[in-house]
Amino acid sequence: MSMTITEKILADHAGLPEVVPGQLITAKLDLVLANDVTGPIAIREFTKFGVDKVFDAGKVALVPDHFTPNKDIASAEQAKLMREFAREQQIEHYWEIGRVGIEHCLLPEQGVTLPGDMIIGADSHTCTYGALGAFATGVGSTDCAAGLATGEGWFKVPESMKFVFHGTKFQPWVSGKDLILYIIGKIGVDGARYRAMEFAGEGISALSQDGRFTMCNMAIEAGGKNGIIAADEKTEAYLKGRAHRPYKVFASDPDARYAEIMEFEVSEIPLQVALPHLPENTESVEEAAGIKLDQVVIGSCTNGRIEDLRVAAGILRGRKIHPEVRLLIFPGTQEIYRQAMHEGLLDIFLEAGAAVSTPTCGPCLGGHMGILAKGERALATTNRNFVGRMGHPESEVYLSGPAVAAASAVRGEISHPREVVGNG
Amino acid sequence: MIEGNVWKFGRDIDTDLIIAGRYCNISDPDELAKHVFEDFDPTFAGRFVPGDVIVAGANFGCGSSREVAPLCLKAAGVAAVVAPFFARIFYRNAINIGLPIFELPDAARCFGQGQGIRINPDTGTVVNLSDGTSLQAVAFPEFMQKIIGAGGLLQYAGERLRGQGNDR
Repeated sequence: MSMTITEKILADHAGLPEVVPGQLITAKLDLVLANDVTGPIAIREFTKFGVDKVFDAGKVALVPDHFTPNKDIASAEQAKLMREFAREQQIEHYWEIGRVGIEHCLLPEQGVTLPGDMIIGADSHTCTYGALGAFATGVGSTDCAAGLATGEGWFKVPESMKFVFHGTKFQPWVSGKDLILYIIGKIGVDGARYRAMEFAGEGISALSQDGRFTMCNMAIEAGGKNGIIAADEKTEAYLKGRAHRPYKVFASDPDARYAEIMEFEVSEIPLQVALPHLPENTESVEEAAGIKLDQVVIGSCTNGRIEDLRVAAGILRGRKIHPEVRLLIFPGTQEIYRQAMHEGLLDIFLEAGAAVSTPTCGPCLGGHMGILAKGERALATTNRNFVGRMGHPESEVYLSGPAVAAASAVRGEISHPREVVGNG
Repeated sequence: MIEGNVWKFGRDIDTDLIIAGRYCNISDPDELAKHVFEDFDPTFAGRFVPGDVIVAGANFGCGSSREVAPLCLKAAGVAAVVAPFFARIFYRNAINIGLPIFELPDAARCFGQGQGIRINPDTGTVVNLSDGTSLQAVAFPEFMQKIIGAGGLLQYAGERLRGQGNDR
């Protein structure tokens, strides 16, 4: 029987020849992930299971990235609990401050997540790894704890939605962020609920690996169970030198069944901005232009990769940030940070008047490092613009890709990059 | 039997609204419960009466995977959440930690703020005590009923482990 890439990976890990949407399965896990917010609860739940050891210390990743470097005593206690568990259990994939990065940037970079893998993570943006052709989905701490104990998880096989992008002529500065915001704007924050979101077509092939991570990262913002893109030569190139174990490449059968297929022409998709307070409130940057800003954030598991920093630097080079705006830049990992340094991007940022931080999820979830006051307005390359997401409940968050963010930081208001650099 | 008064919410209530990110470095449910829905209404935690029921619009619990969202609702004494449907991770989390949730397509239309509600968790019958309307919640798959019946995933898995032990 023909299957989608999602169904094939699920069937493979359930030890079944085939699966169909709606079927309940138990699947073997290649990786179980948690962070310093969800990990401590998962660890406490794990200890109640009555097993001494995690199912496989090489298949667990614990990433202290949310409230680190420790924001306060409460955060330090959470990080400590996870650190002690990692040491006691001899968890292979644990990183300390100075080596750690934002989980969904770090794990692919370190070759921990590979094509064909079955991954659960106690973080909703776990769906990012679908960009490597893996099945990856977010769960809560208790599901994570069960995964840590048993190495298995139960799943309902999702229906798949296919998003086909035709053409390769992107409008200037349009990136994976714009494609995914465009989709969410069309289908809404529950438009893909319980479903797999499969991205395909020439437009996706043309997209960089970094851009693909951004797209799959935000599948959850449409309610998706997972986002997925079949691995291709770009994926293989990305994995070269990173993958240290064999992996399996899956692809959808040509006659696989989808609950829905949506087709787009990439040349028709303009730069996007999502207005408060839901990621579905999208407009073209022209429509959102002119909104005054207090803060701009470039980074996060959505857009904290080297390509994002290059795009931002391309716009900021030789320019100054608007005197009334604070620009905060968060490289996703230490490797990205160092690469940015070697390429001279950090100099450009500092020269422009931006603050460059060590990797952390901090501001994205309103944790620390860039909290908004009442009435303040931010444009961020992050993934959510819910009420109070980055601080005071009466602050506002707008979402965009790195080009619009950088240009807007220069102009002090939401702006198309051509307003800053001409037509590229 | 669950019986209390209704607290009405709109659609797409996200997990950040249930418990703000700034409190996610806390994992004690009772401490978290003091901040439940704080960004929605800072007086909510003080006014909510344990045993009352939340009736919300579609896609309740969208956003983050933070299990502290259902945990703090449970700790605040929320007896059940009723909505046309729930966001996927919240749905799993609520069942896993034993927060009663019910999928009721007409939830938002059939209940007003402060009306009386009675839910029979065994049958899924939901009654509006103010006007007598009786509605039927969507039944859970059998597998999930077992988790719910055991009081959560941990208890369910524990029972299975002990059950296997007895078989040997």
